[in-house]
Amino acid sequence: MNRLPATLLLGTLITAVFAVAALLSLVWTPHDTTALSISDRFLPWSSVHPLGTDQYGRDMVSMLMEGTRTSIAVALIAIGIGITLGVPLGLIAAAHRGSALDEVIMRGNDMVFAFPSLVIAILITAIYGPSATNAILAIGIFNIPVFARVARGGALPIWTLDYILAARTAGKSRARISAEHILPNIANLLIVQATIQFSLGILAEAGLSYVGLGAQPPVASLGKMLSEAQTLIYSNPGLAVLPGLSIVILVLGLNLMGDGLRDALDPRLRRART
Amino acid sequence: MIAVENLGLRIGQTQILSDVSLQIAPGEIFGLVGESGSGKSMTALSLMGLLPRGAVTTGTATLDGTDLLSLPEWRRQRLRGNDISMIFQEPMTALNPVQTIGAQVAETLLVHNRANRADALRQARTQLDRVGLSHIALDRYPHELSGGQRQRVCIAAAIALHPRLLIADEPTTALDVTTQAQILDLLKALVAEENMALLLITHDLAVVANMARRIAVMQSGRVVEQGPTAQVIHDQRHPYTRALFAASSHRPERAAQTGDAAILTVEDAHRHYPGPRRGFTRTDPIRAVNGVSFTLKRGESLGLVGESGCGKSTLTRAILGLDPLTSGSITLNGQPISPTMPRARRADMQVVFQDPYGSFNPRWRVDRILTEPFHLLDTPPPRDAAITEALKAVHLHPDDAHKYPHEFSGGQRQRIAIARALITRPKLLVLDEAVSALDVSVRARILDLLADLQRQFGLSYLFISHDLTVVRAITDRVLVMQAGQIVEAGATEQVFTAPQHSYTRQLLAAAPRLPDPIGAPHVA
Repeated sequence: MNRLPATLLLGTLITAVFAVAALLSLVWTPHDTTALSISDRFLPWSSVHPLGTDQYGRDMVSMLMEGTRTSIAVALIAIGIGITLGVPLGLIAAAHRGSALDEVIMRGNDMVFAFPSLVIAILITAIYGPSATNAILAIGIFNIPVFARVARGGALPIWTLDYILAARTAGKSRARISAEHILPNIANLLIVQATIQFSLGILAEAGLSYVGLGAQPPVASLGKMLSEAQTLIYSNPGLAVLPGLSIVILVLGLNLMGDGLRDALDPRLRRART
Repeated sequence: MIAVENLGLRIGQTQILSDVSLQIAPGEIFGLVGESGSGKSMTALSLMGLLPRGAVTTGTATLDGTDLLSLPEWRRQRLRGNDISMIFQEPMTALNPVQTIGAQVAETLLVHNRANRADALRQARTQLDRVGLSHIALDRYPHELSGGQRQRVCIAAAIALHPRLLIADEPTTALDVTTQAQILDLLKALVAEENMALLLITHDLAVVANMARRIAVMQSGRVVEQGPTAQVIHDQRHPYTRALFAASSHRPERAAQTGDAAILTVEDAHRHYPGPRRGFTRTDPIRAVNGVSFTLKRGESLGLVGESGCGKSTLTRAILGLDPLTSGSITLNGQPISPTMPRARRADMQVVFQDPYGSFNPRWRVDRILTEPFHLLDTPPPRDAAITEALKAVHLHPDDAHKYPHEFSGGQRQRIAIARALITRPKLLVLDEAVSALDVSVRARILDLLADLQRQFGLSYLFISHDLTVVRAITDRVLVMQAGQIVEAGATEQVFTAPQHSYTRQLLAAAPRLPDPIGAPHVA
């Protein structure tokens, strides 16, 4: 009987709470976040507004629910872009180590790496106008080289192992070996990297929103809430602390879940625990 | 004088060592023999005070009257490298790859405040000269040295402060036979010169038989027999000692069944790699395989012997159709072998590798591992029946199919590797150091299994190894390879008893040999 590790349970629980709140905000929030009411601004915590209201009189619970949704969506999709493009590129580079293909892929990666993400974001914004979608694109593009590097770095030592030779004597192609042997064995690296990139994604979204290149009003995001509350940090610290805490707890939950998943997915660790 | 009395060691609930007692006098070589898991390395680590966290020791281990086990950590740190030092099996990982060898030998002196930097380097030079590296500059890095030279660097660092006890944990296991002989000679000479005690830990009875004055045989954390080397070898009082000796020189029963038709033909095979870059040009190409020709007959067992770097791995990869040849040809059943050959052609030839730990994807279960070569067949046989049959053929239980590789011991894993190789019913099995990483008793059983399978399935073996004893036990014919060429080929017994080429003679002379237990009263 395998018992799930406590970290995985706790991490999943935290993530689930945020995910449910975010999903719920799609159909229902306690109050409308687009209706501004200056007379209701800076209300203290009450039964009507459990966490009070912000500088425009919007309900903080509703704002946090929406903000979480935007932040999670931006970070998740950006990671998705990074993984779906970066991991295959890294695997291909590792499978053809030292070849011209490897060089082309990795030097292309270096170029993207060397480019400041803010400049790309401004570029995209200049062409398509500011929006959450463009923030996703900008952050996603910068996730590609990260995942490509991690995938290649993890794959290279595995390519030298005997079971890869055995698979080659079984006539399998490099692509097939990459999918069947390499990918499952670097999954733990990728999961850990994904949780790190997720935290970075949320922060990057906050940064882009802060300079006005991310989510546009009336869309709320945790990062934007944080930056808008900046000037009110002394008079109304709650407005900054709540989205800040949300980011911290969400990232913590995701990291715990990532760690737990990595352990649970590895048959060697699974056995060692029981 | 080192005296270990009733040493016990427990980690968590597991008793690792019990009642280990031994004495080593200055200038004495003491051999500690046993198979993996017998506790011989743990005994050494207890003396060094390098046990893993949570280890609890009982008993005493004294060095000239000081009990090593009860010392606080800071006093142990003063002892390590100073009064007791240690060298390890893998000289590549025992040295820091980004530090020069001079710095690493000098480090011991600096850590113990025995010299300033310039002095330490001067003394490092002296120590390196003593271990026979006078031609190697101090500013060389470990990767620029051969395995034997690296082990010499480790020895130089270990003896720099004239320790009273040197612990050598499998110091020559990773080395070629000729290098092994040189390192053992060096250790012997240093022990006499320094009048230090040497605790030589090894799984290889032949090594200690020629080195140690006294030996102790360990099994599951206990010393089962100890005494003067000649006496232990002669009397073999404990059944385990007897079993160990029997396994070391075990030769499976084989019936000659060599056919006339060739299954594998290698003709004038060349494999050259581009030489190292020098500016815009390259130096001469490296001829890893340089004109090798031989044939392997059906049902024959052919040995390929050579030291590391002789090109046998490159040749193996070409034979397996993993890497191309520069020129020449390899044919299997008359069909050419190349990396681009059709899949079905590979099904007739499978391989077993050395490392029982790296041979399987750790995330796959045995059933999936075993059936991977089915990829070669257009119409694979029924899966479950084939798995059961393959597991039975290598004497494993059919239920093992649902386990992961880490649930098996080294010997069992090697059986799984053999089962995987057999599943396509190949005619030729390439055994690449297939028993080199195994304990002697496990090795003996795997050799029996191989002999058995050969008879049962009419297999041909290409047996690649650096271990001459094993090659002699399992092959009909042997090829000796040196610097990319076959220097001698012939019937195994003939090559071993009357070697023609000087290199073969050198190899055979260097291989440590077990003395015959004269009279051997207890051997049934």
